Amino acid sequence: MTLKIILFVLIGAVGGLIGGMGMGGGTLLIPLLTMLTETEQHAAQAVNLIAFIPMSAVALIIHIKNGLVEFKYLPLMAVPAVVSSVFSAILARRVEAGSLRMYFGIFLIVLGVWQLSGIVRAFVKKRRAEKRKAADLKRRESQEKITIYKKR
Amino acid sequence: MKKILKYGGAGLLSAVIGFVNGFFGGGGGMLLVPALEKALKCPVKKSHATAIAVILPVSIASAVTYILNGHFQWFPAAFASAGCLGGGVLGALLLKKLKPEVVGLLFACLMIAVGIKLTLPLSFK
Repeated sequence: MTLKIILFVLIGAVGGLIGGMGMGGGTLLIPLLTMLTETEQHAAQAVNLIAFIPMSAVALIIHIKNGLVEFKYLPLMAVPAVVSSVFSAILARRVEAGSLRMYFGIFLIVLGVWQLSGIVRAFVKKRRAEKRKAADLKRRESQEKITIYKKR
Repeated sequence: MKKILKYGGAGLLSAVIGFVNGFFGGGGGMLLVPALEKALKCPVKKSHATAIAVILPVSIASAVTYILNGHFQWFPAAFASAGCLGGGVLGALLLKKLKPEVVGLLFACLMIAVGIKLTLPLSFK
């Protein structure tokens, strides 16, 4: 029993740790629950939704205080999402747990590849900008040398 | 016309993201941040904060639906939530000390690996 409690707290902490860094911790909390404990896929998804609420409420209060929440976009972005999420949560109930787990795996692979490509693209962009800067500096230096030479 | 397209597109994206978040019980926040940045030209930090403000009511709505569907187990919910809150604070503090690219890279690889493991039964069917 105690061991089980520790396991659940640890799994939650890993999910929260990644979530706290702003990288979607739930995407890891759900498979950890189904792989390491005998939690069923639907129940694991429910756990993630519930676990997310207190953490994000705290984060949201801090963000509102810091004036980072763009309230004018809230109705446009939240209303369609709330409606469709209730619809899809009802739909998920009709999907068998094993299949839902598999779809979730595919979803994870897509998300992972997408994030990986984003990081690689950002890295290449940064590298190119650095190279351009170095080339610019070199050109400017050589121009300065020419003007000094001309002054002589 | 351009405005209608911009806001219509954003609304449509929001509906898709809500669908994903309800169906998979998460992952919507990860999709919302780039949606806010690209579709509405929202700055990065504001996108992160606004994404939470959007996804919180979405998660509450889908959590209630899951509970009504009978998929609630108080034991993992209580202890995983407690761990999540602690881990969340630690993660937010650690973020300043770690390179986001490195963490993102590791996390992406981990997601792909776990995803492959979950879909493996596909090849046995």
